[in-house]
Amino acid sequence: MNGSDEEKVHRTVERVARESYGRLVAYLSVHTQDLAGAEDALSEALLKALTGWPRDGVPHNPEAWLLTTARHSLINFFRHQRVVLDSEPDLLLFTQHSVEATLETNFPDERLKLLFVCAHPAIDPAMHTPLMLQSVLGLDAVRIGGAFLVSPKTMGQRLVRAKTKIRDGGIRFEVPEPRQLPQRLEAVLEAIYAAFGIGWDDMAGADQRGRGLAEEAIWLARVLLELIPGEAEVQGLLALMLHCEARRAARRDRDGRYVPLSEQDPKLWSLSLIDEAERHLAKAFKYGCPGRFQLEAAIQSVHAERGRSGRIEWTAIVRFYEQLNRISPTIGRRTGYAAALAEANGAQEGLAVLDAIDQDAASAYQPYWAVRAHVLRLLGKGREAQHAYDRAIGLAEDPAVRDFLLQKRG
Amino acid sequence: MQFALLIYESPEAFAARKSDGAESYTGAWRAYHKALVESGAFVGGDPLEAPETGTTITIKEGKRGVQDGPYADTKEQLGGFTILELPSLDAALEWAARCPAASYGAVEVRPLAREMRRRITG
Repeated sequence: MNGSDEEKVHRTVERVARESYGRLVAYLSVHTQDLAGAEDALSEALLKALTGWPRDGVPHNPEAWLLTTARHSLINFFRHQRVVLDSEPDLLLFTQHSVEATLETNFPDERLKLLFVCAHPAIDPAMHTPLMLQSVLGLDAVRIGGAFLVSPKTMGQRLVRAKTKIRDGGIRFEVPEPRQLPQRLEAVLEAIYAAFGIGWDDMAGADQRGRGLAEEAIWLARVLLELIPGEAEVQGLLALMLHCEARRAARRDRDGRYVPLSEQDPKLWSLSLIDEAERHLAKAFKYGCPGRFQLEAAIQSVHAERGRSGRIEWTAIVRFYEQLNRISPTIGRRTGYAAALAEANGAQEGLAVLDAIDQDAASAYQPYWAVRAHVLRLLGKGREAQHAYDRAIGLAEDPAVRDFLLQKRG
Repeated sequence: MQFALLIYESPEAFAARKSDGAESYTGAWRAYHKALVESGAFVGGDPLEAPETGTTITIKEGKRGVQDGPYADTKEQLGGFTILELPSLDAALEWAARCPAASYGAVEVRPLAREMRRRITG
């Protein structure tokens, strides 16, 4: 086999891994509750594919091949353990299911259960997103650690701990009952959105932190929508992320300088992504239960409207923020509300909202200081504005944002 | 817990301190310092003069060695340090990411060796 063929096989393995990783892990772990075991078995199978396929050719159904191979190593592992631990009732169940599965090759998609396990209330919320990124998307601890500002070793240890808890803590791989579904689903959506947020913040990409995570998050939301159609908030989340993603190209000018949303050139926005976002949002609102993601998507939709109308309907944005704050007034939403109110009703009203925010919570929250600086400047309070600009600059992580604020402060 | 942020800078960054266009360099640092102080994390720290002003002493096999310049001969050099009081490494890493040098050089986070300090200072 020559070099280019080998490269083709590599790409095939990569593609299958990318498309099927979560499905395979979910299926392999759903009966044993052993996520780490399933992942190990699958990476072993992927390694075998990398060495075997160039020699023997790519199998007719690569996914089924990986599943069979991974299942074999899992069964071997269990047999090994059985000698030590005596019988393992799950093993029988597991092998039976697997045999059926490989016969059909069209094995059931258990990713929904896996997503709910990753965002289970018994698991530390800080680990929901890392778990999802690893077990559903197959990202490694180095990449996840980088995105979360944690050393790869520490992230690896935290992931192992979380998986041990899943295995030993009796966390069931199941779709929650309808009664619990809204709350449990919210945790899943939060975790997906957290991944998007990291990918979104990393615009500069100076150190590649979280690059591509935004795309991964959108992909996860699409998977979720496919698995659980008819949930307004899932469509709301997808709409929200698509609206943001549509503006990626407009967020920096040609020299890499930061461009705030209200000054972006709408011609640089992706119309197809905006249209798609709007379609999802319209469908979501038809269910008549506007949740936080639908409302946040609606705010982005108003901004997108500027592409057609040339102006921003700040009063509409204020209304959506008011609804959002009734659901739960996080510091981010209250800051956004203050910014919108300052535009709609004048800077004084915006400042009043900012003043009412708990100073301890605001202390390390960069957007709060950026908005405060802007509002104070509008009110002609030069010295206070300077101070707020300093805080915003000092808390900024993105050098483009830092330079933008340094310019503004003057 | 106390952490040291060790700030590594390139020769260009050291030069930027003195040039006329230093406003964005100094401005970023001034703002970062202010944010650290106001958050209550700041314990101490200072910028260092350029690496060529350093003198490095080594004693190998009983022989004194004195070397002009910094110890490590790499492009990026230690340009300063900041001592922070924070509850966890995670919090220290967050502050390190906001440090201006994180985007133009490198910032190393190290816990202060309290036990060692106690042994030395008694």
